[in-house]
Parts: sequence; C-alpha cells; structure tokens
Amino acid sequence: MSVRLELETLAARAVGTASRAAGRGGGTTLPGKLLWKVDPGAVDALAARLSSGVGLVSATNGKTTTTAMAASILGVQQRLAWNRAGANLLSGIASALVAGKGAELGLFEVDEAALPEAIARTHPRAISLGNLFRDQLDRYGELEILAEKWREAVAALPSAATLVVNGDDPVVADLADGRTNAIRFGLDDHRHARPALQHAADSKYCVRCGTPYEYAAAYVGHLGDYRCPSCGHARPPLDVVAREIELVGLTGSRFRLEAPTGAIQVELRLPGLYNVYNAAAASSLAFALGASPATVRDGLEKFSAAFGRFERIATGTKTIIVLLIKNPAAANEALRTLETGVPPVLVVALNDGIADGQDVSWIWDVDFEPLLPHVGRVIASGSRAAELGLRLAYGGLPEERLEVVPELEQALDRGLELVEAGTDLVVLPTYTAMLALRGILTQRRLVKPYWDGSRR
Amino acid sequence: MRIRVGHLYPDYLNIYADRGNIAVLRRRAAERGHELVVEAIGIGDPLRAGEHDLLYVGGGQDREQAAIAGDLAGRREQIAEAVDHGAALLAVCGGYQLLGRGYRGRDGSFMPGAGLFPHETVAGETRMIGDVLLECELDPGHARPLAGFENHAGRTLLDQGAQPLGRVVHGFGNDGESGFEGCRVGRALGTYLHGPLLPRNPWLADWLLAQALAHATGNAPLELSPLSDALEAEAFRVAAGRARARGGRR
Repeated sequence: MSVRLELETLAARAVGTASRAAGRGGGTTLPGKLLWKVDPGAVDALAARLSSGVGLVSATNGKTTTTAMAASILGVQQRLAWNRAGANLLSGIASALVAGKGAELGLFEVDEAALPEAIARTHPRAISLGNLFRDQLDRYGELEILAEKWREAVAALPSAATLVVNGDDPVVADLADGRTNAIRFGLDDHRHARPALQHAADSKYCVRCGTPYEYAAAYVGHLGDYRCPSCGHARPPLDVVAREIELVGLTGSRFRLEAPTGAIQVELRLPGLYNVYNAAAASSLAFALGASPATVRDGLEKFSAAFGRFERIATGTKTIIVLLIKNPAAANEALRTLETGVPPVLVVALNDGIADGQDVSWIWDVDFEPLLPHVGRVIASGSRAAELGLRLAYGGLPEERLEVVPELEQALDRGLELVEAGTDLVVLPTYTAMLALRGILTQRRLVKPYWDGSRR
Repeated sequence: MRIRVGHLYPDYLNIYADRGNIAVLRRRAAERGHELVVEAIGIGDPLRAGEHDLLYVGGGQDREQAAIAGDLAGRREQIAEAVDHGAALLAVCGGYQLLGRGYRGRDGSFMPGAGLFPHETVAGETRMIGDVLLECELDPGHARPLAGFENHAGRTLLDQGAQPLGRVVHGFGNDGESGFEGCRVGRALGTYLHGPLLPRNPWLADWLLAQALAHATGNAPLELSPLSDALEAEAFRVAAGRARARGGRR
C-alpha cells in the first residue's frame, strides 16, 4: 500500500469517526465521499488489496437484503468490507473499503446506474444481477436505458468472473446469454404463481422479437417461467432453483434450494416470495465465491433482516412491523405478504425526496385494491400524504376509514393508539420515510442507530 | 348517462399511472350519476368514430411506444373524425407525442404520428424532468391552474397559431423555451403532465367529463355539480408548491 493511499485512508477513517462522534448520522458515506473526491483511484487500489476479491450485487429490488444475506453466509469464514447500510454509490463503496480494515472479501451492493463504474474499478470475481423493475423514472430514466448500460458493462467482464443472473427476469437473464461462467437462478413452484401478470408488470415483451411472453408461472411482477410464443425465447435452464416453497405469512418461508453442488432445505426468517428470490441470488453469489451448500444454509437461517427492509420493533404491548416500499414491484410484494392476515391498521408514508423519487405517480401502479376492503383504518402520512390519500380514496377506501396525517411521528402515534394491545401495527414507508421512522424509533430507544444496527 | 371511453393500448401505454386518470374519471362520473364504460383498444382492434365520447392515450417507455406507433398512426382519419364530431380526448406524454405529426430521432429518423395535434417532436439531448405548474384558459375568461410532473426528452414544437393547453408558470413545458405546454384541438387535449394529472386537478377531470357528456347528448357542455374536493385541493397545493420550489428552469 502506497504511503499516499495509507494517509488518505487514515484521514477518511478519522472523518467517519468524527462524523459519528458529532452525532451527524452514521458517517456511512462521508469518509468515502472525501476519499472519492481526493483520489477516485483509491477505490481501485483498496479493492485490489482484498485477498478474496470482490462480489457485487445490483438489482432494482432486493440489493440490500441480498447483499446482507451473502454477508451472513460469507462473513463466517472471512473478514468483510461491506456497505451494510445501503450507501451504494461509488462513494459508499469507498467508505466500506476504508472502514473494512484487514478485510479479505469485499461485498458491495451497487446502485443500478453506478454498476458499470463499480465493475470497472473493483474488478469483481462475481456479480449478482437480481431484477430490473420500473423505478424512479425521474432519476434513472427508462428501464431499457439501464439494461443497455448493464449489457455494456457485462460484455466487458473478463471470462474468469462469474455472472449470476435471475433466470426468471427476461431482460436480466439475457445478459448471461451464451456466457459459460454464469449461474442462473430462479423459482420453480407453480402453486405460488400469480393468476395474471400484475398491472405494472415490466418487460412483458420478448427481448428478441417483441411479442408478449406467455407465462407458465409469473411469481413476482414479470419474474417467472416465460416463453415467447412467436420465436421461442424462453427462461434458460436454471442452475440454482428454489422449489417446494412454503410461505408462512409475515413470519418467514421454507424451501428447498437445489444447486449443482447439492440441495439444501432452508428455513428463512423473512416473509414473501421476493425474499426467496433474494435468498436464491445471495446463495448463487456465495456459491460463485466458493461457499458450500451447508455454509449457505447456515448463513441464510441465521439471517433476520437487512437495514430497514423488514423489521419488527416491540414497543410496550404492541409491535411495529416495518416493510419498505420504494417502487410498484416492491410495494406489491410487501402488500402481498399482508394478504394472508390483513392488519387492522396500516400506516403508509409517502415522501418525495430524491431518494424516494420526486415523481409520486408510481403509487398508482401499486395494487392496494385487494387490501382496502379488509383493512380497518389507513393512515396516510409523509410529505405527499394528500396524494396518497387520493390514491387510496379513488382505489375504494371509504372516507371514514382514511386519515391523512402528514407528520410521520403523529401518524405513528395515531397508529399505535388505534391498534389493540398484543397486535401489530404495520408501517409501509418509502425510503426517506423509513429513515425518518428509524430516527423516531432511535430517539425512543426502540432501535439502535443504523451504523451499528445490524451488528450482532 | 353512459360515457363511453376508448382507452388506447392500455397494455402498452401505462407508464405514469394512467390508470389513475381513468379511476378519477370513473369515480367523478359515478358521483354525478353517470356510468363510465371503458373499452380497451389494442393493436388491430377497430376504432369507429362516434362510438366513444372520450378517447384516452397514455404514455409508455420507448420500446412500448415503438410497438404501437404504427398502429396508432394508421388511425389518423378515425381519430380526426371523432374529434371533429366533438369527442373529447386526453393524451399524456408519449400519447401526446404520438398524436402529433411525428417524432424526429437524433439519428435523423422520422416516426410518423397520427397527426391530430399540429406539432412535431424532436429528440433532445437531455431530459426535462420535474414538477410543473401551468395556467390554462380552456373556457375564455376562466383561467385555472394545473399541477403535474414532466419527464421527457422530446422537444415538442407547436406550429404557428396552434393552441397550447396552457402557459408555463414553473417547469419546462413543451420544449423548455416557448413558455407553452401541451396542445388543444377542439375537445382534444395533449400534455406532458402526469402525476397522474387528474387526481390533483379535479377541475380538468370535470371539464373532460362535461365535454364527453356533451358529445354523448349532443348538447352544449354543462357545468357538473361540485364535489367536496378537500383532499384534492391539498394534493394540488403541495404539488404546486413543489413546482414553485423545484420545477425545471428555462
């Protein structure tokens, strides 16, 4: 390590400590931002020092959870540099590299748009690409533009790097077309197929010829077992498959994961089919980085939840359940996990910061309708609470069951007041609302601050 | 009264929550005792002038828009005839572009449109993204504001003398320069504004319903009975505030 890099790293580390000491949040990106500004090449140099190399994770949905699952699997035998709090731009990766003193393996979730540069700078041994959904069109542009960026980045990968793709996503699976060093993962259990593609399904059209795909099974959004009736383009044979999936409401799931190196029975403490996808992605990445099936099973089974994605927080006699919603696909899956036991009171918080998407039209693509007849009360909150209230009202929620409380803390307290002792209050926040909610809960000493939140 | 709506290509053009606009029209019609009957019109489905009181065309991603562009352009005469005979129409974003003369790509290619609106769209270098506030005067002497969100790379250039939907107060509008947004031909409106547009701008939803009812009855448009729009007003207030604070600057 050069003297210059050593000094920069020390300085950056000091900034992170100072930032936390000053109570200015986690200091998760500040040291990296500094280093990134002073010397972007430091990321390359620090990544190159990792003896076990780097694994990258990107996707529209599930990045943070997938990376955290992979960390749970791979962190047992190796020291990790890992951007656990979801700071997923190059500056966040720089911070994790700075903080990960003595790390052997780098595990980084990467913002979809930042993936090409992250690949170029960290020279990953393996990359997991989970899915592409429409998300924050005001920030990322159209899905097709991102897919094209990914195509170029993946084409530049050396053949020694393993490409892990979701075989159930036509656009993502196509990225590994013809590649030898690839792992294709997916789901195979028709009992969990949706009767029809959801309203907001993306990538409905064949990547080869544009004809609408026919689905033998659609699991989450456009993810599933597809075939083009016109040209025959279809889901590729899967290398890592989740089968015999049992969903246990908001508690978790059980499934059998089959891989070339062996099959394992997994009990996951996270709800929903989308988390089975995350587990399959994390497992495939871990396999690519040398983990055995037993290590994968152990890592998945001790995993509880990634930062802010799904949390149960006990507060006196009542429990707050937080499910992050950030785009139609993620929100639809969060709502789907509630279908088996609709909560009596729901707080939904819609903010419109840059990290949430300034364009709030996406809430109309969320299928709230199946839930609305069964939920007792919905409290619409956040900086765009009225807009959300309209969405729910026009979706069929009677006026007397809707409350609009823009201020989040008030909304939370109103929700807690409405639920009976011994029951759950479900809160569905967008990203910055989730951060604000955690801030409130931290102040009440119900959760730990996020920079040490997920350390066990 | 039955209000017959023809929704063009809902499977392809639905990117900015177009179903929100339809939901608002349906509900506000129902609250006045009218029934909105929505017919989906896909590629190759017949579209006969006179069968619909209101046509709706939403926006899609490039790929989806390219898939339906040819089919839509082929309906030039039926759409022109419908609007000539007083049918109402709302086209948003991609639908608004595709109902013009055409779209000129950066590579010089030209994708012909359905030619209803007197404008041409040229691909731009950068996208115009952000909150927008307009002032519209659809009925002479009655100026009303409209708040929405725009996200488009195309610059839409209105012909000399063409009537815009409104004047840009905050945001980019058609081309980021002219100070105008959208286009109007008779009872047909085209705009880049989504959000979706109608929930927070209920007066426009009612205006469209009044035009559609006028087409259905053959009478002049009547003002609809007012509804309590408190939540709508609050959503508008916040959206308009966003446009003031962070709308695109020309």
